[in-house]
Amino acid sequence: MTIIAENPIKAVATPSLVQQKVIASLSKRHRKEKLFRRLGLSAVLISLGLVAVLFINIFSRGVPAFWQSAITLDIYFDPAIIKIPAKPEQQAEESDNDFRQRYLAWQTDVGFVNFNRLITDSLQTILPDASKHRRDLARFVTSGERFALRDMVVADPSIIGQRRTLHLLTDANIDVWLKGNIDRSLPDEQQQLSPITRQWADKLSADGIIQNRFSFALFMNPDSRSSLASAGLAGAFMGSFYMMLVVILLAVPMGVAAAIYLEEFAPRNKITDLVEVNINNLAAVPSIVFGLLGASVLIGWFNLPMSAPIVGGLVLSLMTLPTVIIATRSTLKAIPPSIRQAALGLGASKMQAIFHHVLPLAIPGILTGAILGVAQALGETAPLLLIGMKSFVASVPASPFDQASALPVQIYLWQGNELRNFFEARTSAAIIVLLMMMISLNGMAIWLRKKYEKRW
Amino acid sequence: MSNFSLIVVLLVLLALGYQLGMTRSRKVATVNSDLRMHSRPHHYGMMVGLWAVLPAFLILILWLWLSPAVINAMMVSHLPTEVSSLSTEQLRVVSQRISNLADNFGVVADAEAWELSAADHLRQLKANSAIMLTALMAVIAAVGMLISLLKITPRLKARHQVERVVKGLLVLCSTVAILTTIGIVLSMVGETLKFFSYIPPTEFFFGTTWNPRFSTVGVGEQGDFGLVPLLAGTTMIAGIAMVVAIPLGLMVAVYLAEYAPVKLRNTAKPLIEVLAGIPTIVYGFFALVTVGPFLRDLGASIGLDINATSALTAGVVMGIMIIPFISSLSDDIITQVPKSMRDGSLGLGATKSETILKVVLPAALPGIVGAVLLAASRAIGETMIVVLAAGNSPALTANPFEAVSTVTVTIVNQLTGDNDFSSPQSLVAFALGLTLFVITLLLNVVALVIVRKYREQYE
Repeated sequence: MTIIAENPIKAVATPSLVQQKVIASLSKRHRKEKLFRRLGLSAVLISLGLVAVLFINIFSRGVPAFWQSAITLDIYFDPAIIKIPAKPEQQAEESDNDFRQRYLAWQTDVGFVNFNRLITDSLQTILPDASKHRRDLARFVTSGERFALRDMVVADPSIIGQRRTLHLLTDANIDVWLKGNIDRSLPDEQQQLSPITRQWADKLSADGIIQNRFSFALFMNPDSRSSLASAGLAGAFMGSFYMMLVVILLAVPMGVAAAIYLEEFAPRNKITDLVEVNINNLAAVPSIVFGLLGASVLIGWFNLPMSAPIVGGLVLSLMTLPTVIIATRSTLKAIPPSIRQAALGLGASKMQAIFHHVLPLAIPGILTGAILGVAQALGETAPLLLIGMKSFVASVPASPFDQASALPVQIYLWQGNELRNFFEARTSAAIIVLLMMMISLNGMAIWLRKKYEKRW
Repeated sequence: MSNFSLIVVLLVLLALGYQLGMTRSRKVATVNSDLRMHSRPHHYGMMVGLWAVLPAFLILILWLWLSPAVINAMMVSHLPTEVSSLSTEQLRVVSQRISNLADNFGVVADAEAWELSAADHLRQLKANSAIMLTALMAVIAAVGMLISLLKITPRLKARHQVERVVKGLLVLCSTVAILTTIGIVLSMVGETLKFFSYIPPTEFFFGTTWNPRFSTVGVGEQGDFGLVPLLAGTTMIAGIAMVVAIPLGLMVAVYLAEYAPVKLRNTAKPLIEVLAGIPTIVYGFFALVTVGPFLRDLGASIGLDINATSALTAGVVMGIMIIPFISSLSDDIITQVPKSMRDGSLGLGATKSETILKVVLPAALPGIVGAVLLAASRAIGETMIVVLAAGNSPALTANPFEAVSTVTVTIVNQLTGDNDFSSPQSLVAFALGLTLFVITLLLNVVALVIVRKYREQYE
């Protein structure tokens, strides 16, 4: 006689040891599950929070710097102060060279005029007891503005003897004082400004003569060390512009050509494998190494000029080349072989199939990759420091061979300026300009990708 | 003519050749109406244009490459014997002076009579060379264009010729990447060897003091060039960065890949990737003006002495920068783990977190290690954050609250952009760069191998 197995229903009623264990641990396991999930969510939130903190921090510091203290003055172009001969005109029988010499002599005369007197004279009419503090008076408006007045006279000498109402930038320290970026309770000897200047600034600000105006100087002027309030980004912007031009003209076509060859033509062998590994590695080489390459090869061997956008552009091109190649290759890879086969089947040569059929389909992807590469190059700083672009340049470069700075390098230079109270905000403003350019480039890339994205 | 105008003329010739070739091929086609042309008219046009321009362009390149040396040799051979018998080094200085005179640049001290006559001679030679180059290029371009125009027949395979040239250009472009690598290695090895002729490699690799002094030429003292403190600083900062970035990045990847609803994933992922697109100088500024003071105050409130610019500041900010690298790479890898593995684990009754921790992550581990190594190599090569926020004090310390210096910072400090690469003080930048290059290369190669192996495993 065999014993029939226990009723299976009974087993459910009294769970086995293992099942008991499982049931007992369930609530603990579920708690762990919840905890893990929360950890994940908080990691996402922390990361997003960091993005937010970074942006809010930079923007809250930088946005006020787009407006700058400017004083509204009635400037009288006093003929008694501007004592210069009439602007020379070229005579019919005069050679170009003679005229140029005469013109230069006239410009020298203009250079000797004390244009700051125009400003101080005008200030004296609105400030009481100003004549007792001539030195403070002379420094009230930033020194760059006297050259602005000079340029007005050079452009149009008929202005002499007339009155003009102008908005002139005040000294950088006055801007700092009025914006409250310095502790007002500090004792006199720790203040950057003399007591009388501070009184004047407060009074003029209360009267509405000094106002916060949009700072065109930030965009129109090159960098300056003598007139900090009028230091601007124009030179750096042009430097970056020339470099991006070189990158667009060199890295993009070369990268696309290289990608086409490697993806469509190259035989699969050891050499192309090596090229592929090499490109992947090049994409991960630290940017500063490209700077060393530029310093020793481009400047050392080829004797290209230091601090020139052309050298910076070449270095950045070499740096972006792998990015463009990799992006283009993945775009080409995504285009189905049927397109090529159809073209080849109709009698097109391989070259025709690729250039007439594959490449047009790949253009959105290539453009996206190219734009991302350019954006990467635009924000790069370290290699530019090594090829001499950190030297101070007080002019807007006229060609890619002139000395220039670049936007990220300008940020580096400004953050190191001694007048921190003023330049911390101005640096943040420069960063905002750079970020805006990067965001619009990236936005363009995303828009292109969205608009032309195709699923095969 | 100047080189620039020569190139412009070449471009005009290209267009002209194109037009002539097209017209000519059409004429040939009408004459031989019984035969079919092999190629399309624009192929013939392109071919003629290329024949006109390419040989002349090659001549231009060769000329620009070789002529300076030839001209210099001719000028030197006309110098007075007592000058031309000088040593090569002195001769180089002399020819530099003469070439400056010829270009109307100022020279130090008054020019002597023989120098002036040599300068005149040099100017004459240069003018002759330019005329000869222009004439030669004109002849070659004209001959190339004429011959190729005459060669146009229905049988001529113009398209093949054009395509061969285009393919050649493509090959040329794809060698640029290789040439860049060779350029990097050669230039850095060359300068590094020069550096090692001043400082023995053992002193560089194992020295524990970094104090290069100033690069005054002719001063006997060399300073100390010990790599160890710099490497220690680099490692410490990269380590702190990884401590910040790995948990955050990995959890972000896990959450976005496994838990997050599609909507959250689609918004959060690009937003976090914004962090990867921000220029590093911006991070550096953020570290300098915000994170540094914040950490210092935080430390002060709990009784810790933290420098505002320290390894900690730089490391934390660098960690923030690296989060998106780790999160997006890991995200890709986690989503590649086959669904069947998850289903098996869930089917056995495991909770989702248990599945992730015990099945998905172990399966994805090699890929994640690869991602972490890539991120680490980026951290080691990062420059601007450490330049601004690490404090630049090359002392050997294990305290992350103190200022340190790194390999990249030192490269920037030593190579301030002056052209003189002859002192060990500036040459050391290349030795440091080579060290950096080798370290990051090794990390990348290992990472790529791991990632590739992993990918093959599940494909």
